[in-house]
Amino acid sequence: MADTKRFLKIKRETAPYRAVCERVKDYREVAVLRPDDKSQEQGSRCMDCGVPFCHWGCPVGNYIPEWNDLMFRGQWKKAVESLHATNNLPEITGRLCPALCEFSCVLGINDDPITIRENELAIIEHAFREGWIKPEPPKKRTGKKVAVIGSGPAGLACADQLNKAGHKVTVFEKDDKPGGILRYGIPDFKLDKSVIDRRIKIYKKEGIEFRTSTDVGADYKVSKLKKDFDAVCLTSGSRFPRDLKIPGRELKGVYFAMDYLIQSNRKTAGQKIPPAGMIDAKGRKVVVIGGGDTGSDCVGTAHRQGAACVVQIELLPQPPECRTKDCPWPRYPMLLKTSSSHHEGGERHWAVSTKEFKGEKGVVKKLSCVKVDIGKDDKGRMLIKDIPGTAFDIEADMVVLALGFIYPEKGLISQLGVELDPRGNVRADEHYLTSVKDVFAAGDMRRGQSLIVWAVSEGRRAAHSIDKYLMGSTRLPSL
Amino acid sequence: MAKKSTGRAYNGHLPAKQGLYDPQFEHDSCGVGFVCDIKGRKSHDTVLKGILALEHLMHRGATGSDPDTGDGAGVLIQIPHGFFAKECRKEGIGLPPEGDYGAGIVFLPVDGKKRKACEDAVKRITEEEGLALLGWRDVPVDDSMIGKTARDTEPFIRQVFIGRPGSVPAGLAFERKLYVVRRRAEKDCYITGLSSRTICYKGLLKSTQLKGYFPDLNDENVTSAFALIHARYSTNTFPTWDLSQPFRFMAHNGEINTLRGNINWMAARQGLFKSGAFGSDMRKILPVIVPGGSDSAMIDNTLEMLVLSGRPLPHVMMMLIPEAWQGNNQIDEDRKHFYEYHACLMEPWDGPAAIAFTDGNLVGAILDRNGLRPARYVITKGGLVVMASEAGVLDIPAEEIAVNGRLQPGKMFLIDTVAGRIIEDSEIKAGMASSQPYGRWLEENMEKLSDLPFPHTYKVWHEKDLAAAQKAFGYSKEDLRRVIKPMAGDGNEPTGSMGDDTPLAVLSTRPRMLYDYFKQLFAQVTNPPIDPIREELVMTLNTYLGREKNLLEETPDHCHRLKVNNPILTNIDLEKIRGIRNRTFKTKTITTLFDASKGKAALKKALDRICKEASAAIKAGYTFIILSDRGVDEKHAALPALLACGAVHHHLIRTQARTRASIIIESGEPREVAHFALLFGYGADCINPYLAYETIEQMIRDKDLIIAFPDPELASSTARKNYIDAVNHGLLKILSKMGISTLQSYRGAQIFEAVGLDRHLIDKCFSGTVSRIEGIGLDEIAQEVIKRHAAAFTGLAASQAALPNGGLYQWRRDGESHLWNPESIAALQDAARNNDAAAYKRFSELINNQAGYLTTLRGMMKFTPSSAARPVPLDEVEPVSEILKRFVTGAMSFGSISRGAHETMALTMNRIGGRSNSGEGGEDPARYKPLPGGGSIRSATKQVASGRFGVTINYLANADELQIKIAQGAKPGEGGQLPGHKVSETIAKVRHSTPGVTLISPPPHHDIYSIEDLAQLIFDLKNANPRARISVKLVSEIGVGTIAAGVAKGHADMILISGGDGGTGASPLSSIKHAGVPWELGLSETHQTLVLNDLRSRVRLQTDGQLRTGRDVVIAAMLGAEEFGFATAALIVMGCVMLRHCHLNNCSVGVATQDEELGKRFAGKTEHLEAYFRFVAEEVRTIMSGLGVRKLDELVGRTELLDINTDILNWKSRKVDLSRILYKPEVPAHVKTRCSIKQDHGIDAILDLKLIEAAKPALEGKERVKASFDISNTDRTVGAMLSGEVARRYGDEGLPDGTVHYKFTGTAGQSFGAFLAKGVTLEVEGQANDYVGKGMSGGRVIVYPPGHAGFEPSENIIIGNTTFYGATSGEAYIRGVAGERFCIRNSGAYAVVEGVGDHGCEYMTGGRVFILGKTGRNFAAGMSGGIAYVYDEDRNFRSRCNMGMVAFEPLTGEDKAVIERLLSDHYKYTRSAKAKEVLDDIGNILKHIVKVMPVEYKRALEGRTMRKDVLFEEVSDG
Repeated sequence: MADTKRFLKIKRETAPYRAVCERVKDYREVAVLRPDDKSQEQGSRCMDCGVPFCHWGCPVGNYIPEWNDLMFRGQWKKAVESLHATNNLPEITGRLCPALCEFSCVLGINDDPITIRENELAIIEHAFREGWIKPEPPKKRTGKKVAVIGSGPAGLACADQLNKAGHKVTVFEKDDKPGGILRYGIPDFKLDKSVIDRRIKIYKKEGIEFRTSTDVGADYKVSKLKKDFDAVCLTSGSRFPRDLKIPGRELKGVYFAMDYLIQSNRKTAGQKIPPAGMIDAKGRKVVVIGGGDTGSDCVGTAHRQGAACVVQIELLPQPPECRTKDCPWPRYPMLLKTSSSHHEGGERHWAVSTKEFKGEKGVVKKLSCVKVDIGKDDKGRMLIKDIPGTAFDIEADMVVLALGFIYPEKGLISQLGVELDPRGNVRADEHYLTSVKDVFAAGDMRRGQSLIVWAVSEGRRAAHSIDKYLMGSTRLPSL
Repeated sequence: MAKKSTGRAYNGHLPAKQGLYDPQFEHDSCGVGFVCDIKGRKSHDTVLKGILALEHLMHRGATGSDPDTGDGAGVLIQIPHGFFAKECRKEGIGLPPEGDYGAGIVFLPVDGKKRKACEDAVKRITEEEGLALLGWRDVPVDDSMIGKTARDTEPFIRQVFIGRPGSVPAGLAFERKLYVVRRRAEKDCYITGLSSRTICYKGLLKSTQLKGYFPDLNDENVTSAFALIHARYSTNTFPTWDLSQPFRFMAHNGEINTLRGNINWMAARQGLFKSGAFGSDMRKILPVIVPGGSDSAMIDNTLEMLVLSGRPLPHVMMMLIPEAWQGNNQIDEDRKHFYEYHACLMEPWDGPAAIAFTDGNLVGAILDRNGLRPARYVITKGGLVVMASEAGVLDIPAEEIAVNGRLQPGKMFLIDTVAGRIIEDSEIKAGMASSQPYGRWLEENMEKLSDLPFPHTYKVWHEKDLAAAQKAFGYSKEDLRRVIKPMAGDGNEPTGSMGDDTPLAVLSTRPRMLYDYFKQLFAQVTNPPIDPIREELVMTLNTYLGREKNLLEETPDHCHRLKVNNPILTNIDLEKIRGIRNRTFKTKTITTLFDASKGKAALKKALDRICKEASAAIKAGYTFIILSDRGVDEKHAALPALLACGAVHHHLIRTQARTRASIIIESGEPREVAHFALLFGYGADCINPYLAYETIEQMIRDKDLIIAFPDPELASSTARKNYIDAVNHGLLKILSKMGISTLQSYRGAQIFEAVGLDRHLIDKCFSGTVSRIEGIGLDEIAQEVIKRHAAAFTGLAASQAALPNGGLYQWRRDGESHLWNPESIAALQDAARNNDAAAYKRFSELINNQAGYLTTLRGMMKFTPSSAARPVPLDEVEPVSEILKRFVTGAMSFGSISRGAHETMALTMNRIGGRSNSGEGGEDPARYKPLPGGGSIRSATKQVASGRFGVTINYLANADELQIKIAQGAKPGEGGQLPGHKVSETIAKVRHSTPGVTLISPPPHHDIYSIEDLAQLIFDLKNANPRARISVKLVSEIGVGTIAAGVAKGHADMILISGGDGGTGASPLSSIKHAGVPWELGLSETHQTLVLNDLRSRVRLQTDGQLRTGRDVVIAAMLGAEEFGFATAALIVMGCVMLRHCHLNNCSVGVATQDEELGKRFAGKTEHLEAYFRFVAEEVRTIMSGLGVRKLDELVGRTELLDINTDILNWKSRKVDLSRILYKPEVPAHVKTRCSIKQDHGIDAILDLKLIEAAKPALEGKERVKASFDISNTDRTVGAMLSGEVARRYGDEGLPDGTVHYKFTGTAGQSFGAFLAKGVTLEVEGQANDYVGKGMSGGRVIVYPPGHAGFEPSENIIIGNTTFYGATSGEAYIRGVAGERFCIRNSGAYAVVEGVGDHGCEYMTGGRVFILGKTGRNFAAGMSGGIAYVYDEDRNFRSRCNMGMVAFEPLTGEDKAVIERLLSDHYKYTRSAKAKEVLDDIGNILKHIVKVMPVEYKRALEGRTMRKDVLFEEVSDG
């Protein structure tokens, strides 16, 4: 760095969001891309550490000090090359990643960490603006064919890597457009879908074939799949939602978060939704159960749909706002996350257990809840105890269950006959190879529900193994 | 002198090579001198005087564990004909007249039969050579007083007499014949000399034993005009009879650093030898250099051969040890021509040397170009010359002294006893220089590269795929960013901090550059490194290319060579050479590429092919061979350039063709300084790093490198020049680390140790290089090349084809592994902060179990409990508290780390019973007092380093241990620099300097140029604080064991062996990575050597360098350590997260910074440190319990409990052999293998005890005391113990001025007035030796000659070299001339002197110096503070002043007042006539007084803030 002491002079500054009053009225991205010079200034805070913990904390191992420096020096093109070397989808992680790196930033020990995620976004968006992100088809084709099933982040990363290695890659997607959970699981106000389209367009020009609306196993026979391709990589995610099996669950007005979000996203994309199946929060009292990212996406969506009020409840107690002793730096801490959606309104309650949905005429009207105390038993296992005398009700005419996903959907998996692990995910060895010959698995499908950045990492690692499997050796990075 | 390789047939007294002990690395150093009658009058008195002088040099020799066995002493005299005639008559030997017979002393086997065989052989050879053996005489000896070791190895000593036949003329021809006989006979016995002119009596004796042992020497018929003497100090305790000196022509005090190269070059040259004088006898005397000799013996071999082949003795001396002539404005052209001509014939034998030499008629002495050995002489009015390492070895009345002088750097002193006169240096050299028209010869024959025509066939090369080429040659982005960028950008050396925690190349699973398997060697103790910046006038990179001729002749053709000033060739330079057609010059390019697809075999074949092609090219008359790897592509891979270079170089040496052509490397591989150094070290003459150049151009294009020239051509040529400058600068630094001054001598000198290469490979390509753990061979090297090559040509799209990131310097998860990584750092911090045993376990597991990322040699080991021992219950193992006492924290100066960090360590270590170390840089005296709430932040160990910052008597008195830092693991052999902007108010205070003024630590301790000097400093420190133990810090390298043996003999109480991977606040990256070896090697070698020498019992061993866990401690103990040092780990506990920013003053966690804001961020706590050390100790206990060992002492040296853990080896490490590290020497039971005896420091009967006794009233009641004493050169360090007593009572304040005033008469020994405390005045009427007033702390030293002296005081030497070194305050008045380095690193003393030698006021940072006369060269080099006034009588001072950091200023009123005050005091104290003269005419003289003012100092005094980029912003200290 030109001046290694800049971190003392420049303070952390994150990019602003559009005003709440404005943004709740539309589905456009809430975050504002900050000007390049601001990003360069923030990048200059990077200390170029001898042991870059950010690089360690990042699941794809982004070369964070390198591109911070390159960006700071105005070498944007080199910065994006460096960024792309480890990350196939920086425009996605740059928007959506919880930024594990920032929690392990050395500056975070006694100061505010670098705005790493936003710097990443600045670099990739700069590159797109400059037209540097161009199709770059491989120089040579190997003649090998690989099917990637599922076009979420793991599938896309895997396909991109394999294509670069010269294999003919076909990506199968059950939905009408590629992107998987990125496309329909994440609201547009957090990820504008043009961002996905932009990337897919390049992939297509580089020679990746996308077969959408194709449910492998149903629309496309497994036997054919095995015949047509030298290798298959399963990257269909972990979509089976966790349910809340309590009295009244059958009432109308209780939805799974993913059903809600997918439909909303389709609407935003201009698709027609049959009125019968319409889930609309407009004018309704909405309760979101589950305090995670999906829950907060539901909160934001409900507000945009014009909900009368939105309450979000979570079983676990409110996480601390800053690190505690048992989760010291540089580990990724469980902290209270207040997303842009939370700033848009609604209430949050913690340590609340829902005992029953109560309805009228088959339609949900309220939730019976109780406050709980979370402790540990003598073996260190979590123990949840209702606190006597704290029972209360919450009025609701729409409930969204955002309780996470437990394992992949069964269809194709059972047809292929791949072994599962005890949690119900596809079992794969350290080379991402499943119990079935030529079949690999990566992403949530293998590791269970996780972060986008982990999915990208999985996709890349799987591609490395697949290439090696097909060719005997590989020049793709192992990380 | 040093380096002996194998035992000789007749003795075998050195233990055989075993374990890590290798007798090859014995060093010695000595006292040397002669007494000579100028007129050549022979007398017995002269012989006796010589022996007496020898006895007075006794303290420069040494003894081992057996106090009565000396290391060797001897005397070389003229043939005492009268005596021999008388003795031979008794024996019935008919002796012809003087000159018609040769005599020699022969060391024969004691066994009668064997002896007979030897004698028969001598007789047979004598007769075969046409001479007659006249007879044998038993030399009477009295061995009653010599030690057991000496007696056990004593030979049977006889004299042989050989007659001259009529066919051989007397004189040189007869000498040659005797030489042939001796050389042939030497195979059977050792002959001290065989000559018709001289004879040598020597043996494994102390100097005081010589006369008693050889009764011959007492016979008054033994007469000679001179006696050349030598007393030896050997590092080992098995010095042998035959290695005692003098040799045949000379005695040597010093060390030849370039020996390996000199041997090889000599061997290579022999192929061209032809001599009319020797004729057909030539083949009988080859090889010229007798294998197995010491370096001194070998230079004697060469000298002898060259003299006997017809060159005059002084001529040969000028060839072997030329003065620094390049760029020397003090010597004339003719002489330069002489040197340049001879540079075409042979390389200098480089290293510190004081050599006394004689051929029987001429007697002389010469000093090396650096003047790194002392040599003082006296010429009496009666015509006697006494020359010796010290003044005062003979008691010569002052009125008889005509001249009191010293030999100056590069100068020769010669007496022609036949002509009966002294020949001045300038006269001898002028004579030699005009003996041939060297200037004309050079003009007519020598070509210069710069004059060659621009190549018309110049081919512009560009790599088709630059990234692929870079990858094929192993480039990473880190190489660009961290190495090439600073070099090409600013001409700077890449700098880093902290230590090396990556795997040794041979343990790494990754392909590594072949360069990484070598570690640079460096000077420690037995020879000093030099300062390549401040003393660059002695250094040169000049290179002469082309064919050498017969060394034994002189013709104009001999200098038909191509002169290259800069051995790093640009592409145009290279093409000029490639296209050359000029008389004999012809260039052959040999490709070093091979077909990568054909695998390993192709590499091996290519290696043989290039050797063959090189031989063929030489046969065909080519004079330049370019080994080129241009053209790497998908199919063609390159041989590692170093492999190719070494293979061809050694192949040509073996075939004696090496000197017929030059080897030029055209390679894409070299980019770091270390790469270039290795290539030169293994024989490259010039190097063209084309890919580095092309990379620089790419970096400019890509804006990775900003050069402030808009024109791209100009930008790239500027960047290229910067890069070459940086390489050159770095090379000089690497040369200087070993004390080598010229690239010509460094070339082929192989100053490296291989770590991880197998012996076949070494024998083939790097013959003679030490490689102690075996390792990879050609197969694995080929694999590495092929892997790199495959990764380069991947066919991937460009975006994925970028260079790898690297990870060698910084941690990267896809790079080389580091033991300090996010996981281990986090675990350690968790453990220490939360006192969390589970986290510690996690941490230690990450470090201890290196499966998958094998990093350290200890990582390869496992414990193998002896079957006899059963585990003991944990509670029977000694408690944690006992183990903690053995823990110390590493030396880190307050300056390199923050106050918080420094004090936290001190407080913790004092609390747990360990020791913290002040580091170099002084300590705030406020810390000496215990804290109000209990506890103490005083560093128990105080370091004494080369800069001597803050080393006052009070500092020394407040220590439990005084540690002499010889070297530091991260940058052994280098100095340091704390840039002015880092010298804050606080730092300046503890370092006794000025805020804002740069502080330079010189590379060597200027009072330690040799092992006996170190013994002297140990003695000094012990005097200053008899309660403190004295330790010496060395860095692990081959031979450190023998150095440690020498240090133990020098009476150190503890020796610290530091690993080469240890940390630093700032150091060149090349030193962090490429210098020094792991402590496992150095510690084990040291332990083994000390045990074999029976010295282990006298000294404790400590080790440090990346120690982290209890397992590390246990292994260190098993390899020989009793104490253990931690530095990086301690810093990490205190918050360090390895930013590696220490050199940037930018530590974001407040550990390694002086920035106040950042310092506030420091969050380290003593509880954390304590918790960590307790965990380590607990882990030690757990392991001990498992091994069935109750006390840590019982682990020391127990290598049988260790073995190699074959489970975790990888494709390279499985070739490693640890058996030599794990070797346990077998010794008799009485030999103790851990410290059990206290050293005898010899301070029980010294003069200071009397001084202290006499000073009682002053010490107890501040009463004034005055007294007088006699003094002699054996009274050393006078005043230091007394000063310690003052400091202990009165601290820095001392006593009121003039409280104690002692007067001495005679010659003061070394270190007179060392650390002299305030209130003490010492006055000498007479003279003094080296190191007067070192570390003076407020006292006053006065030296003047006796009133009746026969010489003019202001023109004669009166005090020795390196005086007032590191003085912090006080005054000195010296009536007479001082030697080299007067007031070096003075930071506060006021001194007056009447003339000084070279390098006056070097590195000075404060105080005032007034020089009333001439100065030597290089005055004020590195002087950043203080003021010097020089009376410039001959108006020529400027040419002798180094203007690098100073300017001349007009005198101010204040200056004038100071000058007048100093002058009148000088007159008052010394009655100096010169002072009087000047005072009387002060009005006129003031205008000739030059004020030498450091630029930075002036600015600081004026309160202006410093610009950050002033001067060299290279390296801060650590």
